Amino acid sequence: MSDRIKQIDFLGVIMWFFRTSLIVAMLWGTIATLLNNPYSARAWTDTIVAGIAQGSLYALIAIGYTLVYGVLFMINFAHGEFFMSGIMTASVFLAVPMSESGYLDAHPVLGITIIAIVTMLVSVGIAILTERIAYKPLRGAPRLVPLITAIGASFFWQYFFRGLYGSKVRPFPLIESVAGKVNIGGIDILKSQVIVIIVTLIMLVGLYLFVVKTKVGKSIRAAAENKDVARLMGIDVDRAITITFTMGAAMAGIAGVLYALVFRQVHFFMGFFPGIKAFTAAVLGGIGSIPGAALGGLFLGVFESVGPGLFLEGLGVLSPHQLKDIIAFTMLVLVLIFRPQGILGESLAEEKA
Amino acid sequence: MSKRLFAVLATLMVVSMMLTACGAAEYECTDALGCVSYGPGEPVRLASALVISGPNTDLGVDSQNGVEIAMAFKGEVAGHALELQAEDDGCSAEGGQAAGQKIVSDPTIIGIVGTSCSGAGVPLSQVMSDAGYVMVSPSNTSPALTNPDSAWNPGYYRTAHNDKVQGKAMADFAFDVLGVTEVAAIHDGDPYTEGLARVFADSFEALGGTVVEFTAVNKGDTDMRPVLTAVAAAGPPEFIYYPVFTAEGGFLTKQAKEVAGLEDTILAAADGMISPAAVEAVGEAGEGMYFSGPDLGFTNELYNDFLAKYLEDYGTEPISVFHAHAFDATNMILSCVEEVGVVDGDFLHVGRQAMRDCLDATSGYDGITGTLTCNEYGDCADPQITVSQLTAGDYEVVWP
Repeated sequence: MSDRIKQIDFLGVIMWFFRTSLIVAMLWGTIATLLNNPYSARAWTDTIVAGIAQGSLYALIAIGYTLVYGVLFMINFAHGEFFMSGIMTASVFLAVPMSESGYLDAHPVLGITIIAIVTMLVSVGIAILTERIAYKPLRGAPRLVPLITAIGASFFWQYFFRGLYGSKVRPFPLIESVAGKVNIGGIDILKSQVIVIIVTLIMLVGLYLFVVKTKVGKSIRAAAENKDVARLMGIDVDRAITITFTMGAAMAGIAGVLYALVFRQVHFFMGFFPGIKAFTAAVLGGIGSIPGAALGGLFLGVFESVGPGLFLEGLGVLSPHQLKDIIAFTMLVLVLIFRPQGILGESLAEEKA
Repeated sequence: MSKRLFAVLATLMVVSMMLTACGAAEYECTDALGCVSYGPGEPVRLASALVISGPNTDLGVDSQNGVEIAMAFKGEVAGHALELQAEDDGCSAEGGQAAGQKIVSDPTIIGIVGTSCSGAGVPLSQVMSDAGYVMVSPSNTSPALTNPDSAWNPGYYRTAHNDKVQGKAMADFAFDVLGVTEVAAIHDGDPYTEGLARVFADSFEALGGTVVEFTAVNKGDTDMRPVLTAVAAAGPPEFIYYPVFTAEGGFLTKQAKEVAGLEDTILAAADGMISPAAVEAVGEAGEGMYFSGPDLGFTNELYNDFLAKYLEDYGTEPISVFHAHAFDATNMILSCVEEVGVVDGDFLHVGRQAMRDCLDATSGYDGITGTLTCNEYGDCADPQITVSQLTAGDYEVVWP
């Protein structure tokens, strides 16, 4: 008898208690909310669509984390700054003057395309600079070294752009033809949100095909698999790494444009929280996996949006929307308890060890 | 033994000679909290802890300009020049804590003008009070800061209004002038925004109105649609009051227009969002929005001189609303230094407890913002609140 008690792992009991109580609390809250449904169907769909749009942004940014991790096993914490740098520059030098001259309203498609190209160019430029100056000399160093360097690079770019453009919140102009709502399947959805979702889908599918079908994509996958063998096979690993950073930063640039269309406000610190959330999304989906990052982003966006109303309101929590970050990170904890490798992640222990 | 005695005596003699040579030893400080002594040619030092970075920069820089103008007008105290050490309160608890620690580690600072944000004021008030300093805030308005059961500490004063007055004024305006009966209030967890939203909601209910939703967002949030959808589902209200800061206020304003049920809801914010940066942040969505804030229709001669100096030194009209309050706050500290400072040849000795007693006794003080009289918990303002409306990019006073 006493032997059996000894065999029960104390930590295991606590963990079991922890996950059970989390799940019970979530279910309890959900049932209580639904029984006393304070929201109309319209309110629910609006919240879900807002969550999908926000999640799409997370997904696009998360791609950058996942790609770089897949190839270099490094968390590039400066990625949020790639996202910020492009759209900050494009808003200050392009969007605001173009809007004031009326060009943006007269030629919205061309105007947004120009803004998107400039944004991507700046984001990619910053990414390649960071890679060359800060990360490349550290290749082969212990893993902690590039991680700390990345945090340093993140601070550097944040305050570099603060110095360039000031610490004020800067407006991004409202574009007439993107404003307003469109009716899809009986639901009124904001045009900007529709654009976010469609563009994200196209970009994700394009990126996936690029990595899986093309020769360059193959070289990236080879470098991710085993750099030494890839080099022996005649693959230019440094080039593959640069392309990886380029693709990640281009995605972040596009995410920046979409962010500006939806939120119409940019700031030197705007990359920090989306960066952290996208990193969470990448881990949630299984870091290193492209579909995983996309799924993780969507999952996080929707839960953040719906969670406070669905879980917390029923539990009688006051001001539930203030706690949406707690929902997001609780989701991360829950998923990692049951699937430590993330939703679509491959088990690192087997593949990469 | 005699050798040791000799050594002790010799040391004592040398030390006493050195002290006599400095002259400071003649002044014996009897102040309970200690004294600050300024030697010949040393400037009297003040510190400011205002928000001079981030989205709310306008608010802090405007106040800092007020401090600098007050110091320029004053010129000197008892033959000592004036010097300002400007710190950043970051508009956050962490920023207030850091600025406070930095200031109290400098024993030559006699008083603090700050903070801009109540959220920063709570920790700074604690830090400076423990160290025996005094602070006069030009723009902390949270009721908690002068509530002895909450965040009040000895040595804390303010020339800004208490939000008990501002929240009540907005409730009166909404109920009596706009004639709305169902409202919602949103804050961001900051003591300033939460206190103001709470006073507004309580006052509105006391008038006989209904508060359909009282909720909060996070500082740094960008997607406000879920919380606005919840607000719409609870009413929808005819009027939403969100006394938050520029970044979150910008997102709330723009997104409120896009949420079903809130298209025609009247939006209102508070003095944290009266600045050119806020006008840019709310954009066209903010047209017609209401803002509560201190009455800036000062008619005294001093304010005209102040405005002329402001324009001359900074090349612009005041960019936010608490410059005059900062001017008065600085002058209150400087007049007390003048009043309680002991002039001793070229030296000036100022007792820290004497500073507190002097500020406590402030009564009928004529400043730009009115006649200031401090109560026992440091509320010194002569509060006049107005409501203005954003019309074509300008704040126009519509009430009272």
